[in-house]
Amino acid sequence: MYAADDKPMKLEELIEDAQRVLRVCNACRYCEGFCSMFPAMARRLEFTENDVHYLGNLCHNCGSCFYACQFAPPHEFQVNVPRLMAKVRGETYRQYAWPSALGKLYNNNGVAVSLISAFSIALLFWVAGALTNPERFFAAHSVEQGSFYALMPHNLMAGMFGAVFLFAMFALFMGFIRFWPYMGEELADFFKKPLAEGLHDAFTLKNLGGGVEQEGCTYPNEQKSLVRRVFHHFTFYGFMLCLASTSTATVYHYLLDYPAPYPYLSLPKIFGTLGGIGLLIGPAGLLYLKTKRDPQLAATDQTGMDAGLLVLLFMISLTGLGLMIWRETGAMGTWLAIHLGFVLALFLTMPYGKFVHGIYRLMALVRWHVERRRPVPGVAPE
Amino acid sequence: MLDTNKTWDLLVIGGGNAALCAALMAREAGCSMILLEGAPKPYRGGNSRHTRNLRCMHEEPQDILLETYPEEEYWQDLLKVTGGLTNEKLARMMLKHTSSCRPWMVKHGVRFQPPLGGTLHLSRTNAFFLGGGKALVNAYYDSAERLGVSIHYEAKVTDIEIDGDTFKSATFTHGGATHQVRAKAVVVACGGFQANLEWLEEAWGAAAKNFLVRGTPYNRGDILKVLLAKGAKQISDPLQGHCVAIDARSPKYDGGIITRVDAVSLGIVVNKNAQRFYDEGEDFWPKRYAIWGRLVAGQPDQIGYSIVDAKVMGKFMPPVYPPERASTLRELAQKLGLDPDALEKTVREFNAAVRPGTFDHTIQDDCVTEGITPAKTHWAQKIDTPPFFGYPLRPGITFTYLGVVVDDKSRMILQDDKPCKNIFAAGEIMAGNVLGKGYLAGIGMSIGTVFGRIAGEEAAKHVRG
Repeated sequence: MYAADDKPMKLEELIEDAQRVLRVCNACRYCEGFCSMFPAMARRLEFTENDVHYLGNLCHNCGSCFYACQFAPPHEFQVNVPRLMAKVRGETYRQYAWPSALGKLYNNNGVAVSLISAFSIALLFWVAGALTNPERFFAAHSVEQGSFYALMPHNLMAGMFGAVFLFAMFALFMGFIRFWPYMGEELADFFKKPLAEGLHDAFTLKNLGGGVEQEGCTYPNEQKSLVRRVFHHFTFYGFMLCLASTSTATVYHYLLDYPAPYPYLSLPKIFGTLGGIGLLIGPAGLLYLKTKRDPQLAATDQTGMDAGLLVLLFMISLTGLGLMIWRETGAMGTWLAIHLGFVLALFLTMPYGKFVHGIYRLMALVRWHVERRRPVPGVAPE
Repeated sequence: MLDTNKTWDLLVIGGGNAALCAALMAREAGCSMILLEGAPKPYRGGNSRHTRNLRCMHEEPQDILLETYPEEEYWQDLLKVTGGLTNEKLARMMLKHTSSCRPWMVKHGVRFQPPLGGTLHLSRTNAFFLGGGKALVNAYYDSAERLGVSIHYEAKVTDIEIDGDTFKSATFTHGGATHQVRAKAVVVACGGFQANLEWLEEAWGAAAKNFLVRGTPYNRGDILKVLLAKGAKQISDPLQGHCVAIDARSPKYDGGIITRVDAVSLGIVVNKNAQRFYDEGEDFWPKRYAIWGRLVAGQPDQIGYSIVDAKVMGKFMPPVYPPERASTLRELAQKLGLDPDALEKTVREFNAAVRPGTFDHTIQDDCVTEGITPAKTHWAQKIDTPPFFGYPLRPGITFTYLGVVVDDKSRMILQDDKPCKNIFAAGEIMAGNVLGKGYLAGIGMSIGTVFGRIAGEEAAKHVRG
């Protein structure tokens, strides 16, 4: 009678089923204590397509509501909010991609595509380096000799990666510019106190705490655990440290006239090394948890996209650390080519892969803090 | 698989809140434990799966429980809904126990949360489970498994061997085979009989055909029948139960909380002849929903229609099924299958009787009717603003109160008024001792928790001395 299995759904079916399930949840509301999605739902009497996308992105896919649901399969109401919302998020990402035509990329942005792009780019760098000047490419360069900038001039590297990165940032920004008003909010309302609260929720992953006691959510299985939050923190803060590493290096280079490579105890190196370790532990842990995920909750058409990002992050870190260790040997050129291949693959796929979840989830969290201040039309005592 | 030669310290029949409380208490006291749950694992937990809170006495604020809910007030609330059909000694013992049992629940993994949303009015009297009753049931099963209780699903007990006042063994079916299990004591906590349509029909006559069973389909009362046939003293009668007016479009079984229609007190309710039959505004819906099941059961074909207009939409909890909707009352009547002339006449007369007042659905306001029978004594507003909406209603039985008499040790009492040596009862199967009639939000879980805990404790004392 109802679509609850893991088959791909047409957009209209998906939205309709989400509306049906949200009506069930809204007449029940037992899950109101788990996360922000349910109180946000309870402010509404009916659910537009916009609401479905908003609530879908507030859901953190923790699974607590599924295990607590008396209407979960095999019950005929077939309520499985986490899986349904994962599918909704996939739809949000597709619809709000910029440029729109590239939204289709989500359909196949899995592990294979990530790896193929990364290695293709790496191969290109490698061939370019190895063929144009094999002697230089396979030679060992000391740090004093400028190490990898001996192979690729700094400005070329910064220019190429900067341009791709800026494009990715712009595409993400376009997602924001289009999704925020779609949820029915004024642009100006984004940049107020709720932004700080939304960032707080995002930085602490409060919604993976499973409610007031913050004992953790039910991931990867029915037992409460904080393990997913921990691995996500490793991933996110690892990524941020790597970003900090690049940023300080940019400042050193352009403002302080202090070009790379830097010694092990310099800020860019410390940030980069710590971040790199985070990006090894975090994505590996999240990937491992994914393999242990309760199959009732996994949305298999999303899994590839999730894993694609995790694999890229892990490989960037691995190759980056390898590059650091062997930067003064003849293998440096090869390490550099592979590392840059992965970095560029990440930048290119960023706006069309799992990476965007951060943007949409943050918007949904900020939106929740905006709207929770508004009066809700009173209903008679239950 | 099960070792059938073993004699267990304690057998628990049933797998809901009361059964689990008994099992956990007895296991903590060192008993070897076997628990037989008739339902398959996804449906384990009986009606506890559908619950969400525990009505708790407290003489001072307790974490999530605000202000106070003293013994006397709780007792008066119970007295009022039951009209005196309660055992004062057992009832007072129970409600005192509710003020101190929550730390034990927390120890076994239950989590409480402050009420949000539409349940703030219960923040003084009821402690809400984080995630509701299924989360509680899951936590108890986890705890029981960790403690080494032997748990079996789809294990249906079909017979109990009793020698005079002493339990000997139980027969159950599991995996297509019949087994026997022996234990030094038994706790019977397997619910009422609400899912047994034949039994309902015996009690209610043909009207029962139109009842919906809001609770679990696995409570068929088989063991209750066996106990009554083998000398247990009966409490309450088969007509009594927790019976609510729910959406007529709900599934036959197991619809649970979401089948609610909270529009009743804000509009009018008519029967299939488009006639009103009771004061819709007698009190807040949470205090009255439990009588409307019986009211609708008393109407022809056991059906009612809650009718409201655009003015009150959005002022009650949104029901799961969208209402019938029409721009005129005639059209709405047609959609609902009512006589349009009759409905128009009923609404016309009702509207004419509405006195001016200040409508406020959050308090017992002064909007009343004058000169019609039945009167509407609060929230009476003219039904005159299209579109008009209608929700069909049926009686929805959550659980029945017919059960066995117990004493303050939760021991089952026999027809000669003597307690059994080693048969204990807890939960819905003995709820009628405390709740002879009516319902009080959250009291089902209070009964199950308290008598489950006592039954487990007393059974352990009996077995281990």
